Amino acid sequence: MTSLKVEKTSSAAERESKNGLATPAVRKFLGRIGTTVFVALVLAFFAIPILWLVFAPFDAHPSMNVKLPEFTLKNFAVLFGDSSALSSLRNSVVLAAGTMVIVLIFGSIASYALSRVRIPGREFLLYSLLLLSSIITGTAAMVPIFLLMVRLNLIDSQLGVILVLSAGMLPTVIFILKDFMDSTPKSYEESARLYGAKPLRILWDVVIPIARPGLATISVWAVVQVWGNFLMPFILLTSPDKTPAAVIMYTFYTQGGQPNLALISAFSLVFSFPVILMYFFVSRRYGFRFHGGIKS
Amino acid sequence: MLETSSSKEDAKTSVRDDAERQPGRKSTHEDGDVAGLGKRRAVAFVAPALALVSVFLIFPAVWTLYLGLTNYGLTGSQALNPQFVGIDNYVSALTNPAFLNSLWLTVLFVFGSALIGQSFLGFLIAWMMMRVSRVVRGVVEFFVLLGWIIPSSVSTFLWFALLDGGSGTLNLLLHTPGTAWLLQFPMWSIIVFNTWVGTAFSMLLFSSALASVPPSQLESARSAGAGAWAQLRDVIFPHIRGHILTNTLLITLWTFNTFTPYLLTAGGPDGRSEILPVFIYKLALQNGMLGQGAAISLIMIVLNLMIALVYIRLLRTREQ
Repeated sequence: MTSLKVEKTSSAAERESKNGLATPAVRKFLGRIGTTVFVALVLAFFAIPILWLVFAPFDAHPSMNVKLPEFTLKNFAVLFGDSSALSSLRNSVVLAAGTMVIVLIFGSIASYALSRVRIPGREFLLYSLLLLSSIITGTAAMVPIFLLMVRLNLIDSQLGVILVLSAGMLPTVIFILKDFMDSTPKSYEESARLYGAKPLRILWDVVIPIARPGLATISVWAVVQVWGNFLMPFILLTSPDKTPAAVIMYTFYTQGGQPNLALISAFSLVFSFPVILMYFFVSRRYGFRFHGGIKS
Repeated sequence: MLETSSSKEDAKTSVRDDAERQPGRKSTHEDGDVAGLGKRRAVAFVAPALALVSVFLIFPAVWTLYLGLTNYGLTGSQALNPQFVGIDNYVSALTNPAFLNSLWLTVLFVFGSALIGQSFLGFLIAWMMMRVSRVVRGVVEFFVLLGWIIPSSVSTFLWFALLDGGSGTLNLLLHTPGTAWLLQFPMWSIIVFNTWVGTAFSMLLFSSALASVPPSQLESARSAGAGAWAQLRDVIFPHIRGHILTNTLLITLWTFNTFTPYLLTAGGPDGRSEILPVFIYKLALQNGMLGQGAAISLIMIVLNLMIALVYIRLLRTREQ
């Protein structure tokens, strides 16, 4: 079947060349032009919006459009003089670190137990948790989550946001960490046990060091997820001094009046920089394949 | 698949089974329980994570079933004493033109930005990147990826600036001064924006898929005179069908559930870009109609479940 189709097109190609439209050299040349035009268009589409983030923070008179900057660093001075901007960055660190710690601790002990002990219904548990976490998204469940937090008195609490975000991420974390744990050699644990080490001690001294690459990847992933998350802190936190950078950034340009572009541009860069850095650090070390699958 | 790998471990460890030390736990050891954790302690290790997930993920979804049948409100008597109203919320949602409009906009958004935008463009970029130098490829992939990793409130501002009606970059480039893109073309704006954000995933997935196509097959197709389209149809597509499936369903789910367009247009003007997540937010949390919002939340969770089940089913039939 395949060869038949190929023959058909090859005869079409012959017809074309009989008409003198495309000798191989001409065709190759046209192909190269086509590729170049395509690359240029793709680069324009993806790079032009970013250029503002590259130039405006260093521009003495930042405007909405992209232009070569009149170099200055005073926008960063504006940023570091703005207490709400700085406290929002601190809040982002609190949310990201808190979520990372919970997810790492709960995720690693759970995945270790699931990897080493065949609890009845283990596979079912893993897959159904993964399924649930991908269909019960923050967007779809924002109403019940909001009401639950009102009932639990966790509205306007950073702990509340951390708990909700951790719960949403844990199924994925356990799934990935279990894969890591499955692939770590078990002989070290056996010998540790022969010397009389207790399970928690084995986990801490033997398993965690071996699984470190997996834990590092999960940590970075968790931080990146929380750092950029807008919806949960937006609906669950009400006082400005608890708001993270993702939400403050939004209020900067929707508050009405003229947006303060000096502040916004410097803030955008400082706020984006850590995740860009972490992303490329992890992807260089562990490859993109992993990341692609689980950003939500 | 996971089962077979762990039973292999069983075979290895049971050879060295240390029955004297733990006579009562022999069976757990055979499971590959090399640290002597035991079932009870294993359950205790899983419990904290499971508790958190049950309370903050599973319970809200189940609770929606009940909330959607009440007239829960954010303030006033309906906040203190919500009444049971049965399926009224579902009836009024399905007869509400604003809801139906939002549903239609969501279909357009998912179709335009996920299926056409991200999948198609992502594949095209992955395909073209096979024939350029490594440097060009690196540069292109870097910029495509930036859109995906920059925090959403920053990327929405970048587009805010790009599409600004006063002196936005797009107006300068196209010589169309004063065109307020976000107000005049709100749906187009969020569709193109979401394509910009999400194409990286499809690009990465398809470039690893394309790398797995055996070059010898492509060569023999080429030497048989197959053009680009014939190569795609007869060699590439049969190889990457599974990747296309995975990509389509994941990005459909993500695009359906993204709240980010709210930051760009806030659903406006006049609800012209009010996709379902924005509709729920405005109805439930801005206007305080929590019962109705819960009903629509449940509709959304069910739609998510349907997408996920279609995916699982298609994967199963492929495996067989």
